[in-house]
Amino acid sequence: MINILDIKNSRISAGAADKHDGDVQNKNILEIRNLTKNFYLHNVGREIKSCSNVKFSLEKGQFIGIVGLSGAGKSTILKCINRTYLATSGEIIYDSEAFGRVDLTKASERQILYMRKYEIGYVSQFLNVMPRTTAKEHVMNALLDIGCSSAEASKKAAEMLNYFRLSESLWDIYPNTFSGGERLRLNLAHTMVKKPRLMLLDEPTASLDNKTKVLVKDMLIKLKNQDTSMIGIFHDLEFMDGLCDKVYNISEGKIV
Amino acid sequence: MNTSENPVLSVKNLTVRYGDGCSECSTSLEKNRCRKCGTVWASNDVSIDVYPGEVLGIVGESGSGKSTLMQSLYFDIEPTSGNAYLNGYKNGCESIWNASPAEKRDIKNKIMGMVYQNPVRGLRMDYSAASNIAEKIIATGSRNAGEMTSRAKELLEAVEILTSRMSEAPKNFSGGMQQRVQISKALANNPSILLLDEVTTGLDLSVQAKVLDLIRKIKTLYGISILLVSHDLAVIRMLADRTVVMLDGKIIESGLTDQILEDPQHEYTQQLVYSLL
Repeated sequence: MINILDIKNSRISAGAADKHDGDVQNKNILEIRNLTKNFYLHNVGREIKSCSNVKFSLEKGQFIGIVGLSGAGKSTILKCINRTYLATSGEIIYDSEAFGRVDLTKASERQILYMRKYEIGYVSQFLNVMPRTTAKEHVMNALLDIGCSSAEASKKAAEMLNYFRLSESLWDIYPNTFSGGERLRLNLAHTMVKKPRLMLLDEPTASLDNKTKVLVKDMLIKLKNQDTSMIGIFHDLEFMDGLCDKVYNISEGKIV
Repeated sequence: MNTSENPVLSVKNLTVRYGDGCSECSTSLEKNRCRKCGTVWASNDVSIDVYPGEVLGIVGESGSGKSTLMQSLYFDIEPTSGNAYLNGYKNGCESIWNASPAEKRDIKNKIMGMVYQNPVRGLRMDYSAASNIAEKIIATGSRNAGEMTSRAKELLEAVEILTSRMSEAPKNFSGGMQQRVQISKALANNPSILLLDEVTTGLDLSVQAKVLDLIRKIKTLYGISILLVSHDLAVIRMLADRTVVMLDGKIIESGLTDQILEDPQHEYTQQLVYSLL
């Protein structure tokens, strides 16, 4: 049982605007309000604008797709939600199971770590694995970190690796030698094994063949049907067909 | 993770100064040295919190005050001012730096574990690996030889040192093995916090990977809080949940590790991250 006492500072107070929009907010797991992110680069003494005044809402169980050219600011939005980037201004209101409505731009680091562990999953194109960690151990570690027993972690990791058709002969191998597609499937297995409430997918299909793409799409549909809310960045419009409830096109840091 | 938990360790306003200081120290510092009186501010008003089960990384260049912080915590250096509260000492209500010499020994023997960059500082090189571990266990009051031997075996196995070599002195071991014996010695007293000072520095990559893997396992299996000092950002990326950046004796930036590495705010942190190979 999680005992969370010190949450007052980061909960969103039930102000007038919140009450007014109560019903809408109850449906939303995430609301992005006027999100702006600029990077100040000290070595050139200049600010780079990445995204500007972005606003949209994600309903529980909904899938939002984000498309746009490289450098348009798509990943910046996801990284601000994940708090890998610090927002310059704006709010990202997330309806957390543990903390209630919380502004991810202002939540404490401990709260963010908690939510990353138990509620929010982030899948990037890149695999970040501890040295000397096998593919199966990598997936198991996600579960061991949240307190699963070794036996349970092993069982669930095997199920997930099987689901993503990562050959059993690869399970006890360090993933450094994996192909792009194998790495990505491992990444997806690592994140999805915890069944997060909110999934952030940063170009998860970038290096997949068509067969694996179908597999990933099936998995995402299955997760969506289980009420997992998702935001995904894709280049592949065909992939998004039948998966996304809404699609936003980002250009020069703005939704167009 | 329980976000309402109190920190295992809380350092408040640690200052370590070499010299008497002067009225112009606050405005005349060149890096961490006063131009006027020559006083060196090795640690200047440093405050950190370490929470249960987390790894807090401390990064910064040589002379930034990282090791001063660690050595102050392990009573190797006497702070000029500041307080440090440990959950396991008087319920975290009194600063460990005001403890009596006997209490400080007790804190080192029962609550904290320290792993130095140089194993010579943490190990008795002429004693056997098992004796090094036993020494720590004896310091907690145990006198049962059988228990000590079995604990030494268990710990050496955990750090992947063959138990057939437990009677050998660490001076015969490689640098990586010495470091792992030092880690097992630091774990002998089931500490609530482990202080790791540049533990992978100077080790070759494959040995470094073993030590990193070991630290991750310690975190997962034992739930011990770890304060990890390193100038190697790759080590910090792998292990630390949160990271503090130090420069010239001061904390200049802190945040989630991935945020520090991908969206550094301070000029120095940006330079540090852009220098990453």
